Amino acid sequence: MRLELRGITKRFPGVVANDHVDLTVEPSEVLGLLGENGAGKSTLMNILYGLTSADEGEILLDGRPHVFADPGDAIAAGIGMVHQHFMLVPVFTVAENILLGAEPLDRLGRFDRGRARDAVLATAERFGLPVDPDARVEDLPVGLQQRVEILKALYRDARLLILDEPTAVLTPQEADGLFESIRGFRAAGRSVIFISHKLREHHAIADRITVLRRGRTVGTIPAAEADAQELATMMVGRPVVLVVDRAPAAPGEPVLEVRALGVEDPPGTALVADVDLTVHRGEIVGIAGVEGNGQTPLVEAVTGLRPVTAGEVLLRGESIVGRSRRDILRAGVGHIPEDRYTDGVVASFSIADNLALTLWDDERFSNGRTRDFDAVAESARRVVADFDIRTPSIATTAGSLSGGNQQKVVVAREFDRPIDLLVAAQPTRGVDVGSIEYLHQQIVAKRDEGTAVLLVSSELDEIQALSDRIAVMFRGRLVGPFPAPVAKEALGLMMAGVDPAEALGGRAA
Amino acid sequence: MSGAAAPVRRRRRFAAFGGLLAALVAALLRADASARTAFVLNDARGARFPLPDLVVPVAGTVRILAALILALAVLLAVRGAGRRDAAVVGVMGGLAVVALLTWAGAGTSISVVSLLRGTLFAAVPIAFGALAGVLCERSGVINIAIEGQFLAGAFTAAVAASILGSAWWGLLGGIAAGALVGLMLAGLTIRFAADQIVSGVVLIVFATGVTSFLTSQLLAGTPSWNAPVRFQAFALPGLSDVPLLGPIVFDQTVLVYLMLLAVAGVQFGLFRTRWGLRLRSVGEHPAAADTVGIPVLRTRYRAVMLGGVLAGVGGSWFTLEAASQFSKEMTGGRGFIALAAMLVGRYSPVGALGAGLLFGFADALATALQRLPVPIPSSLLRATPYVITIVVVAGLVGRLRVPAADGKPYVKA
Repeated sequence: MRLELRGITKRFPGVVANDHVDLTVEPSEVLGLLGENGAGKSTLMNILYGLTSADEGEILLDGRPHVFADPGDAIAAGIGMVHQHFMLVPVFTVAENILLGAEPLDRLGRFDRGRARDAVLATAERFGLPVDPDARVEDLPVGLQQRVEILKALYRDARLLILDEPTAVLTPQEADGLFESIRGFRAAGRSVIFISHKLREHHAIADRITVLRRGRTVGTIPAAEADAQELATMMVGRPVVLVVDRAPAAPGEPVLEVRALGVEDPPGTALVADVDLTVHRGEIVGIAGVEGNGQTPLVEAVTGLRPVTAGEVLLRGESIVGRSRRDILRAGVGHIPEDRYTDGVVASFSIADNLALTLWDDERFSNGRTRDFDAVAESARRVVADFDIRTPSIATTAGSLSGGNQQKVVVAREFDRPIDLLVAAQPTRGVDVGSIEYLHQQIVAKRDEGTAVLLVSSELDEIQALSDRIAVMFRGRLVGPFPAPVAKEALGLMMAGVDPAEALGGRAA
Repeated sequence: MSGAAAPVRRRRRFAAFGGLLAALVAALLRADASARTAFVLNDARGARFPLPDLVVPVAGTVRILAALILALAVLLAVRGAGRRDAAVVGVMGGLAVVALLTWAGAGTSISVVSLLRGTLFAAVPIAFGALAGVLCERSGVINIAIEGQFLAGAFTAAVAASILGSAWWGLLGGIAAGALVGLMLAGLTIRFAADQIVSGVVLIVFATGVTSFLTSQLLAGTPSWNAPVRFQAFALPGLSDVPLLGPIVFDQTVLVYLMLLAVAGVQFGLFRTRWGLRLRSVGEHPAAADTVGIPVLRTRYRAVMLGGVLAGVGGSWFTLEAASQFSKEMTGGRGFIALAAMLVGRYSPVGALGAGLLFGFADALATALQRLPVPIPSSLLRATPYVITIVVVAGLVGRLRVPAADGKPYVKA
C-alpha cells in the first residue's frame, strides 16, 4: 500500500500543529519520522489514524483519497497504530485484547474463546511474534505488551503500521528484537512509519527519513545518506553539538552514602531493596534501567519525598532519613524531578515565583514574614539571563514555556543556590536537542565545581555521555556502579536482569 | 522488617476479633443448664417429606461453639490459613450466629426455614441494587444514586399497581422510574461529564424530595392510588417439595426468582459474551475501546440505563412485596447497603448476590430475634444490617480491584 499525505494542516487555538505537511510511504518501506517534541508528529499520526481530523489536506491510499472519521475507518483502510501508551486493557487476556471489537462468536452468541485463541496463534505464527493468548496483559513485560499491540494491528490486517516512539519503553535488546520484526513486515510487503526522536534508531531501521520541525516538513532524505549531525541540524534548525565535552572526573570525599536502602509501598511490596551506593564530590554516577524498576522510589527516598523502610541515607556522613523535605533541600541537596510538569514547576505561577520556590522563606527572598518581591524579581532577571531561559518576561507563567525552557527554570532554581548533591532524574526528557546540549553542559559544569551528581535516566546515550560511574537498576535492586565506559550491550543485558559478571564478560568476548 | 508484615498484621487482627467473638459467645452461657433449643427444619404450612426437629442442649452447644471459635482464632494467630484467612473469619462469625440463636431459642423453637426464606426475600433489593452498581461501575460510571432509584421505583410501582390494578404493571412502572433516574445519571455524568459522586447525591436528594412531595400532596388525599396489588408467593411444583431447600428457595415471590435469574444473566453476560467484554473494556480503558471502534459513550449510556432498570426492579420490591403501600423514605438506606454489597462482592454479580444474602440474613435474623424472648431492645436489633455493613466493609473487603476508568468521564482527545 502506498500512502500519500498532501498539504495536511491542523490548527489548534494559538498553534499551527501541522502546516501543509507532505509525506509519502511506499509499499515495503520503513519511513522514519523524526522531529522534536511538539514538532507535530503525534498530531499528524492522529489525523492519519482518524483520532482527529485535518483542517486542510488529503490522505491518499494507493492514489485514492480517503476521509477517516474515526479509527474504525482507518483500520478498515488497512492502517494500524501502536500507541506510545499502549491501548491495552491490563486485566484482559492477550486474546481478548487482540480481538476486542472484532470478537468471534459461537452459535449461542458467546465470546468464542477457542476460536479467539486459534486466531491469535495463527497471526502470531504468521508474523513470527509468539505470544501466549491466555496470559493476562498486566502480567507481561512491556516488550511483550508491545508485541500484543502490534499483533492487534496485524490481526486487523494492517498494511501500514504506525509505531509511535516504540523504543522508549524497551531495553536495547528488546529494541533490536522489534527492529527484526519491522524488517519482517517490510519483507512481507507492508509499510511502517517509525516515529522517534533518537537519530541512531532511524539509521538502524528506516529506509527514508522525513524530518518535521514546528509543524512543517523540513525534508526527506534516504537514511543511507543521512548523517547524525545533518539530521540534528534539520531537526533543530541550527548546528548542534552532539558530543558532551567532559574532562575526567576528580572525585573527592563521599557526599551521598546509601546503605542497604529499602522502600516498601504498600508495606510488603518492595520497590527498592538493599541498595548500596556512594556518590563522591566531583563525580557523576549514572543509574540506567528500564523505567519502573525502582529508580523513581529510590530518588524519592534519597530526596525525602518518600519514607525509607530499611537502611540509611547519609549526606556528608549524617543521616537524613526521616528529616523533612525542606531540611534536606536546605542541607544542600538539589533535585531535578523526573516529571517537571507535575513536580518541577507550578504551571500557573510566574517564572519569578517558580525560581523562588525552594527559598521562598529564605532571607534572600523575604522580609521577616512577608515576601520581598523586588529581591525575587531581581534574582529572576539575573537567572533568566544566566541560564538562557527564553521567555517574554519573568512574569510569564511557567506553563506557557516550551519543555526545554521549563526544564531550564527547574535547573536554574536548583543550581542558583549552594548544593553539595544534585539528584537529576530524567533531566532532558521531552526537551529539544538544543536544550539537551545546554543542560548537559550545565550538569558537567556543576560536577567540575565539586558537586556530587546522581543522574537517573532511561536514555542510555545520556547515561553514557555524562557518567563517570554507571549502575543499573533492575526490579528494585542496583547492580554496580562500574567505572565508565560500560558497553551499551552490557548495560542492555543488565537492564534485562542478566548477571553482571556474564553481561560484562560478554564485552570481553 | 519482614516482607510479609501486612498480611501478618491483618491475620492478627482477625485472630483478635475471633478471640473477642469466642468470649462473647462464652458469655451467653446461662445458669439454666437444662434448657434446650429446637431448630425446626420444616415449613410451617406442612411439608410432604417432613424432617425431624433438631433439638440441642443450650449449654453444651454454646460451649462447643465457643471452643470451636477459639480454636479457629488460635489457628489464625499461629499460622493462618493463607488466602482463606477471611473465609475463616466468616466461619467464626457463622458459628457465633448459631450460638446466638441457640441461646435465644432456649426453651422454645426456631424455624430455620422461615429464617432462611426471609434471608432470600430481604436480599432482593440489595442484590438488585448491587447488580445495578456492578453494571454501571464496570462500564466506568460510579452510581451512588441507587437509593434514589429505589425510591423512584418503589413510588412508581405503588402508584402504577394501584391504578392499573396489577402487580405486573407496577413492576413495569418501577422499572421505568429506575431507568429514568439512570438516564438522568447518564446524562449528567456522560454527556456533561459532571462529577459522578455529586451527580449521584443530587439524584438521591431529587428522588427523595419528589416522592415525599407527591406522597403528601397526592397520595395522602387519594388513598386508592397508594393501595398496590402485590405479588404473592407461589411454589414451583415439584421443586418446592424438596426437603429444606424447597420451601426456602422454591416457594418464593416473583422478585426472588427474578433476582436469581438476573444474577445468573448478568454474570453470564459480563464474562462470557461480546457485550460484556465490550462493556468491561469501556470501564477499564476507554481509549483502547475507542481505537478499535467501540462507541464508548453509547456503551456507557446503555450500561447505566440497564443498571437503572435493575435498580427499578429492586425498588419495586418495597411496595409490591415488602410493604402494603408507599411511605416517605421507606427504603431506609438500603441503596447504600446495596453499594456496600457491590464492593463486598468485588464488582461481580455472583458476589453481589452473596453479599446481598449476608445483609438479607442480618435483616431476617433481626426479625427472628424480635419474636423471641431476648433481652435485647428491638431498635438495637433493627440496626443489625447497618452494623454488619460497617464491620464487613471496614474489616473484610481488603484490596479491591476497581475498574481502572471507574468514575472518569471519557472525553475524546
